[in-house]
Amino acid sequence: MKNSEILTCFQCGTCTGSCPSGKYTSLNVRRIIKDSIKKDISEQLDLWMCTTCYNCQERCPRGIKVTDAILSLREKAVKNGKILPAHRAVCKFLIEMGHAVPIDDIHIAIREKIGLAQPETVTKYPRALKDVKTLLASTGFDELIK
Amino acid sequence: MKDLSLFLGCVIPNRYPGIEKATRLVLDRLGIKWSELKEASCCPAPGIFRSFDKVTWLAIAARNIVLAEENNTDILTICNGCFSSLMDANNMLKNDEALRNEVNMHLNKIDKDYKGTIEIRHIIEFLHNEIGAKNLNKLIERPLELRVAVHYGCHLLKPTKDRLLGGWECPVFFDELVEATGAKSIPYEGKTSCCGAGGGVRSSMLETSFKMTEYKLLGIKKAGVDCIVEACPFCHLQYDGGQVELEKAGKQYNIPVVHYSQLLGLAFGFTPVEVGLHLNAIRSPDFEAMIAQIQKKGMS
Repeated sequence: MKNSEILTCFQCGTCTGSCPSGKYTSLNVRRIIKDSIKKDISEQLDLWMCTTCYNCQERCPRGIKVTDAILSLREKAVKNGKILPAHRAVCKFLIEMGHAVPIDDIHIAIREKIGLAQPETVTKYPRALKDVKTLLASTGFDELIK
Repeated sequence: MKDLSLFLGCVIPNRYPGIEKATRLVLDRLGIKWSELKEASCCPAPGIFRSFDKVTWLAIAARNIVLAEENNTDILTICNGCFSSLMDANNMLKNDEALRNEVNMHLNKIDKDYKGTIEIRHIIEFLHNEIGAKNLNKLIERPLELRVAVHYGCHLLKPTKDRLLGGWECPVFFDELVEATGAKSIPYEGKTSCCGAGGGVRSSMLETSFKMTEYKLLGIKKAGVDCIVEACPFCHLQYDGGQVELEKAGKQYNIPVVHYSQLLGLAFGFTPVEVGLHLNAIRSPDFEAMIAQIQKKGMS
């Protein structure tokens, strides 16, 4: 996103008022936008309290892509090494199994019980899983989350 | 219109396979030409992977899209997260040549090339646009006299400029599809609010995510419904698994959670077990008895 777009923010607070997470957490989207113009906010845990529901983006009277801005700020935080342990674990599932939520023995058994074979996904096709791994290495993702 | 490749994602095949089974049953009953998208991976989940590295997110999504391009089929998703990742990635790659070239450079290493020849569909969007609630209603054998809280889920509707399904503040298309089954959609406070699971919040801040879920459940409980109907397994997991967690804290809601594929399956006369309702964490004998009674009435 262009920085000039963020600079059109007039701090009305519609984003914060529309935020389902901010109702219960310290997430204050208006302040995140304001702070992000002035400084690096990679350390702020609030960045990760956004459910990416897009309410703020839809309602922004300036048409700022607020949720997309939060995604960009998160990307920057990750590049600065700020990765929550639970997120790192999910990333490792993708790297190892090709799924953020991989299958387990309990659900293999449940599938069999209701007459479903193994899912027709990378779970079943080792060559396809290898392709996913090749891609994740090619983009540098496995290095990023190491 | 192209035939469809069913994209399973992660949560449905690996946590709620009953939804997968119900979807197969209803697609066949509707006479839709579909097959499974073989060799697909995680979409990848928008909350975490799109936040972490845009190019990685695009490359993994593009690989899934290319699998369907090779079959000359559109992709049918049954999850708002998969819909969001695949549709947004598809739009970005179609419209941004530099990004497309960058992603193809990675894809070429596995002998794949993104071309931008297919569309991403979501089962609710597909039924609404291609069949329509009125036509669907004509196919219903056992009208479901249920009071339902419809939960659209954020990424089915937003960003509205990309979803092209109208406004998000008071949408009606999903309610119409629910009412086509004979059920009644009951209004409730916070209807378009988030379930709390998205954006990586559920995985890293479970208790925070449940605060949002509880706000939803309170509004739904107050409305007095027989079940929640959604069209996203991540919302399904948040409501179903979330109620179990909230029960541990002494908060009982006991509201059954039903994916639209399962609801439509019931309306077509498939049993609760056939559509996998028994695989939910929250079981309600009253709800199951109600379904049995409706289905028995439909038979006579």
